[in-house]
Amino acid sequence: MTEDRGMIEGGKTASFDLRRILRWGLIAGGVPVFTAAVGMLEAFGDRLLVYPVLSLGYLLLLWMLPVAGYQVSNTPVLEGVEAPPKDFRNAAAGAAVGLMGGVVLAVFTALVNAFDMRAVFVSFSPRMVELLTRGAGAPAGLVFTALAPAVLGLAGGLMHLISSSWRRRLILAAEWVVVAALLEQVISHVLRQIRLEAASDAVFTQRALEWWAALILAAAAGALAGRTRGGASRMRERLFAADAKRRTRNSLILAGLVLAFLIVLPQLLGSLLSEVLANVGLFLLMGLGLNIVVGLAGMLDLGYVAFFAVGAYTVGVLTSPISPRFALEWSWWLALPAAVVMSALAGLLVGTPVIRMRGDYLAIVTLGFGEIVRILFLSDWLSHTFGGAQGVQNIPGIPLGFTTVSGVGPEGVLYFALFFVALSAWISWSLQESRIGRAWTALREDETVAEAMGISIVKAKLNAFIVGAVLAGFAGALFAAKVGSVFPSSFELLVSIIVLVVVIVGGMGNITGVAVGAVVLIGVLGGPNVPGLLHEFGEFKLLIYGALLIFMMLRKPEGLMPSVRRSRELHSHELTQDAWLQKGGVFTGAGSSGQERGEG
Amino acid sequence: MALLEIRGLHKAFGGVRALAGVDLAVEEGEIVSVIGPNGAGKTSFFNVVTGLFPPDRGDILFEGRSIVGLESSEITRAGIARTFQNVRLFPDMTVLENVMVAQHCRTRAGIFQAILRTSFMRREEAEIEARAKEVLLFFGSRLAGYRFDQPAMSLSYANRRRLEIARAMATQPKLLLLDEPVAGMNPRETAELTGLIRRLRDELGFTVVVIEHDMGVVRDVSDRVAVLDHGVKIAEGPYEEVAADEQVIEAYLGRPAGAGR
Repeated sequence: MTEDRGMIEGGKTASFDLRRILRWGLIAGGVPVFTAAVGMLEAFGDRLLVYPVLSLGYLLLLWMLPVAGYQVSNTPVLEGVEAPPKDFRNAAAGAAVGLMGGVVLAVFTALVNAFDMRAVFVSFSPRMVELLTRGAGAPAGLVFTALAPAVLGLAGGLMHLISSSWRRRLILAAEWVVVAALLEQVISHVLRQIRLEAASDAVFTQRALEWWAALILAAAAGALAGRTRGGASRMRERLFAADAKRRTRNSLILAGLVLAFLIVLPQLLGSLLSEVLANVGLFLLMGLGLNIVVGLAGMLDLGYVAFFAVGAYTVGVLTSPISPRFALEWSWWLALPAAVVMSALAGLLVGTPVIRMRGDYLAIVTLGFGEIVRILFLSDWLSHTFGGAQGVQNIPGIPLGFTTVSGVGPEGVLYFALFFVALSAWISWSLQESRIGRAWTALREDETVAEAMGISIVKAKLNAFIVGAVLAGFAGALFAAKVGSVFPSSFELLVSIIVLVVVIVGGMGNITGVAVGAVVLIGVLGGPNVPGLLHEFGEFKLLIYGALLIFMMLRKPEGLMPSVRRSRELHSHELTQDAWLQKGGVFTGAGSSGQERGEG
Repeated sequence: MALLEIRGLHKAFGGVRALAGVDLAVEEGEIVSVIGPNGAGKTSFFNVVTGLFPPDRGDILFEGRSIVGLESSEITRAGIARTFQNVRLFPDMTVLENVMVAQHCRTRAGIFQAILRTSFMRREEAEIEARAKEVLLFFGSRLAGYRFDQPAMSLSYANRRRLEIARAMATQPKLLLLDEPVAGMNPRETAELTGLIRRLRDELGFTVVVIEHDMGVVRDVSDRVAVLDHGVKIAEGPYEEVAADEQVIEAYLGRPAGAGR
């Protein structure tokens, strides 16, 4: 934050200093160049969002420009310091940044046009040049390539000159239009389900919002902005501030409504979306389990997928008629408790040797265990039980008497996923709000002191491992019934990592946060082997995961929906009374967690 | 029978002999101070008694039973609680939670009871909270009221020290080990804490062992003083007697020049 300090000392003009403009200009040029270079512009050039003007490719290419144009002269207003007045210079700075971005992009385009580099960079094609110049071709269209970003940067800068409420309205309107266009599939499907095919056909053309529909939506979103703010909390107050009796009644009614909604939901969404949501449910189950181990007890487990695999293989081996060794053909209902027991045992087995390890060592050892489990399932040595690379196949679905729930009808799987998610959320919540959960938290904050305060480290850690493993076991059992076959390749390290990313991005230590993370990442982007709503992202999925993760770590390390405690920890320097002293290096007392200092 | 009896305690860290044969007996209801120059082995003494490190040799009897080799959580369970020289709270937990978590070893509800929210578990939770508030109210309004729900790290330094004592009290020990409870406090706070240490014994019946550098506090609170130097107990007795001891003065001030021995 050095430039902020410079701004205060240097007065008004400092926020327009050249270095800042240069830096943002490079960002404004670098992001589009990168987007184009990795091929996202081409890949999404045909996916229209607003018919006929805006494609997803252009959105991904150019979104950074207005943002940079705004940010370049955006300085935090500090308490007690008068905010510098906004004037044309804000707009000029935005335009300058935009122009710089545009020039960078134009130079890039010219280079791509001049040299054939397709042997190395597959996406540096004439088609890309065409898209970058809006069809005008190299020398002539470059003017457009340079100037369009300048206009966008100017637009970003101009945002400073309107009032903050209008700014919010504009941003919200843009967000709504983009989200509605991206979720075209969902919206049109729901419209069809409630027999509004005509409306759906009118609003969407070639999977994109008609321009007039986009305008109406933007106007509506802009008009509504600010109205709903505070409405939710007022509602909550009215529902729950009353006396205890009314409160229980109201929460029962609310729970009933939510339940009814969840029962109707799969029917409304149809099989494709139910499939997506069922996958979200599976990852959410694993996320909740990992949240107990990492978020509450503070043990970084990188081999978490092992427990998922154990649950899935247990169900597979016990229920499949052609399972290599047993062919017991148990019902899924019988196999479920077995899967729970087996994953709990696996938790105990992995947990016991790593009890005394801390931090990095624990992460590496669990990573190893995760791989060992997968390799065991893959090995020739155990192939007469687990089928080696062929895995276990023909796993029947979940018998329900009148029907069988399996991957063929994802609506049924979604019901089961919802049930297990609710169960796991309850388990997480009730443990968190108990002496066991408090012991986990203490353990995470300072292991030595927790032990000195009478908490048995061994028991607390094993508890966390076992509960976490059982939740993954649920997910595995459901996964086996849903997919109908289990292979070692379904349980790769990537799954562990994606689950961890779900927990981190959502908000470690917070149940709602994990749910948000699962919906955003798995539901929208898609998991390792499963498509999300935006399946067009396909090959760029991991790139976006990575970018999102880096952004979150830099800007919002506590996650989208942070737990109170976690954000306290990450922002402790703003909270402690000694904050100013600490910054000056005068005082380095106890304030950060988990420090180990010599005593005596 | 002494509540705590220590016989020939030895502990070395590599070549450094932190404790070289310490004997000490603490009777029930006593306040004993352990003093000594820096590096005398006072904190090591606490660390070994509370099971953070195992002793090399020697025996520690608590209520007549040896506690050598027990995990530190088991020692806490047996009835010895401590504070740390460099305040080590759970900084992100609230004041109330810090004290609630310390009752872990006195409560029993397990995983299944927590998940099923049995009546036993809910009653126990209510008791934990009530007891935590009771302990915090021992410190008057300093840790009570709106402070219950504040994160521990937002407390002032003196309050963090108080909270650490509260947390140790919440484990329901018989013996409290306080490691420099007034370090870094101003004279007014020191006086208040001195009174508080006496109240811990007089009102709540704890036996207290204090490590302290502030001789005023040592004089005011202790029934008996033990002096450590280089891991060896060089004197023991009432404050006046110890303060006049030649060896103690030498340990603190060094030998006068030319007095060679």
